[in-house]
Amino acid sequence: MGGLRVLAALSGGVDSAVAAARVRDAGHDVTGVHLALSANPQTYRSGARGCCSLEDSRDARRVADKLGIPFYVWDMAAEFHQAVVEDFLSEYAAGRTPNPCLRCNESIKFSAVLQRAKALGYDAVATGHYAQVRHGADGVELHRALDAEKDQSYVLAVLDQRQIEGSMFPLGDSHKSQVRQEAAERGLLVADKPDSHDICFIADGDTRGFLAERLGRQPGHVVDQSGTVVGEHEGAYAYTVGQRRGLGLSVATADRTPRYVLAIEPLSNTVTVGPRAALEIREVAATQPRWCGPYSDAEVVYQMQMRAHGATVPGTVELRGNDVLAKLVEPTFGVAPGQTLAIYEGSRVRGSATITACR
Amino acid sequence: MAYLDHAATTPMLPAAIAALTKELGELGNASSLHATGRRARRVVEESRETVAESFGARPGEVIFTAGGTEADNLAVKGIFWSRQADRPRRRILASAVEHQAVLDPVQWLVDHEGAEVTWLPVDKNGAVDPMNVRDELASDPESVALVTLMWANNEVGTVQPIAECAAAAAAFGVPLHSDAVQVAGILPLDFDASGLDALTISAHKLGGPLGVGALLLSRDAAPVPLIHGGGQERNVRSGTLDTPSIAGFAAAACESVETREERAIAVAVLRDELVTRVIEAVPDASLNGPSLESGNRLPGNAHLSFPGCEGDSLLMLLDANSIYCSTGSACSAGVAEPSHVLLAMGASPAAARSSLRFSLGHTSTKADVDDLVAVIPHVVERARAAGRASGVDARR
Repeated sequence: MGGLRVLAALSGGVDSAVAAARVRDAGHDVTGVHLALSANPQTYRSGARGCCSLEDSRDARRVADKLGIPFYVWDMAAEFHQAVVEDFLSEYAAGRTPNPCLRCNESIKFSAVLQRAKALGYDAVATGHYAQVRHGADGVELHRALDAEKDQSYVLAVLDQRQIEGSMFPLGDSHKSQVRQEAAERGLLVADKPDSHDICFIADGDTRGFLAERLGRQPGHVVDQSGTVVGEHEGAYAYTVGQRRGLGLSVATADRTPRYVLAIEPLSNTVTVGPRAALEIREVAATQPRWCGPYSDAEVVYQMQMRAHGATVPGTVELRGNDVLAKLVEPTFGVAPGQTLAIYEGSRVRGSATITACR
Repeated sequence: MAYLDHAATTPMLPAAIAALTKELGELGNASSLHATGRRARRVVEESRETVAESFGARPGEVIFTAGGTEADNLAVKGIFWSRQADRPRRRILASAVEHQAVLDPVQWLVDHEGAEVTWLPVDKNGAVDPMNVRDELASDPESVALVTLMWANNEVGTVQPIAECAAAAAAFGVPLHSDAVQVAGILPLDFDASGLDALTISAHKLGGPLGVGALLLSRDAAPVPLIHGGGQERNVRSGTLDTPSIAGFAAAACESVETREERAIAVAVLRDELVTRVIEAVPDASLNGPSLESGNRLPGNAHLSFPGCEGDSLLMLLDANSIYCSTGSACSAGVAEPSHVLLAMGASPAAARSSLRFSLGHTSTKADVDDLVAVIPHVVERARAAGRASGVDARR
């Protein structure tokens, strides 16, 4: 089915390049757009991170040249800063662990960009995300990608059916290695470009340093479950529930077993640590559920995913007003408030909600 | 196709293409002492004479550069440095609506060389007040290294009161540079009569090739060079002379000046029609800069605001209809910033972002205007919808 007007988001990486090429080859009228998400783009990437450097912008432009499609840069820096960067800071300041990629998909790529594209006369936005759109009895469905390693359905689990309807994920049925090979065959210069990873707006990958610079030094205590001070920290925001490394504790456990971050208490600025067993949870409370298609509150056992690239755990879901209570059939470990609970039925994303508490 | 971006670059004149391509096939470094060098040198010097004559300068006052930006940098930085030789003179007076090729060197001098800048404000039409220039000079004339004031604005087309400002600068013995890139070949330009010390011209804005320009420089001005080397251009600018580009530049300068008067009238008539018909088609669109009747607007410039639209949405939609214009703003990684010119004229950032520049030139026709008018209502409607839609979804 060709003949649609499609806006292809070109990050400057290999995935979005091949996605745009496939959409064009399917007979659609494709326009390339690079989203400028930083007001002060770095000239060159430090290392291989990020997607907002001038070099990425140039790479995106050269992909469009190669594909023979028009190319523009859309300045989304102000929107990105407000919806993603500020949210990232305030979530960490509140002792939660946000996922900025998910927030960007929710507020920028499949909201501001999609709406603007539709208003400008485009039928859909295509990206290089690894996920599959299928058509079922309830309309469009979002499914995991064929390449389990690259699957990005988790960071798209916040999208509703209307957003999915306006989206194309042409890489969902491919393995990354195939995509790279295809890029090389097409003569795209980004074929060998390293994958972007980590957080695009933290170019050096030092999340703790990024937070410290913006939230300031906030020294406080690290305590064990009995309340005994076992160390000091420079800011509770630098910790994530389930974290083991870099705790810098001054008092070791008697049996030298490792300790993990169990809780972050922003008001008292306290980080609580303890044994792995104390991280075990069987219930996850989450808020603001978003369903992709109609949701039935039946006694279905779903697969719950609570972090990007995390394993899934079977469980049931209870709706309580604007909240969700997920009861896990098997226990899991180290789930951080602020992360997203993605609810799968097989490969299909049924919905998501933001985790508020675990026990 | 409707090319309405002549202020960005205008098609090369056939005479310029002929002169340039002929020289590409010739051998010779204009600095060589043998016959091939002499031949190339002769072409350069004849071109220098043509450029000088076209713009009221003497041949010795023409410094060829690799374009307008280099000429602006040489004037601003070179004159600033030369003015520190006998005593410190830290101040630079510059209009707030200068092109980046002037703004950035001025700001660089402030950031790195201890310069102090006074940004001269402009009125709602984008014009500086010569009395303000005089007052700023009079307050402490000995402290001023130079005044730099563009002859006409590249975005909104405002022609500045250069003669009055030149008189003010001359009265205090302060050098005045003007970026006249938008003016050469379009408005009358007589360097020696202007009272200016330095004036920037770019070849590709008047039908010549890209990558070549000139700084017209009075004979007693001795800016500190930016580019050191063989000293080919009066010891002020070094680098092997680009004979083909210079020959193309001269041919374009000659023809554009010869045909200037007639073309200016024709282009202004077409421009007036464009503005009138676009505003008829989109009643809340408005013209920025001096009115059409004012006589101090570049003849080819039409700069319009379309409330509720983003300029880059409009540009994209027009581009898809093969109509080419500009948001008239700076680019870094292709990102449109709200125009500093419109902000200086008192526009809000939103209003500044809702603007487009249409600029006409020697190949413009009524059909270009017809093409634009045919699609503009639909394009504006779409862009408005996109403007409403592009607010961030705050849903969490």
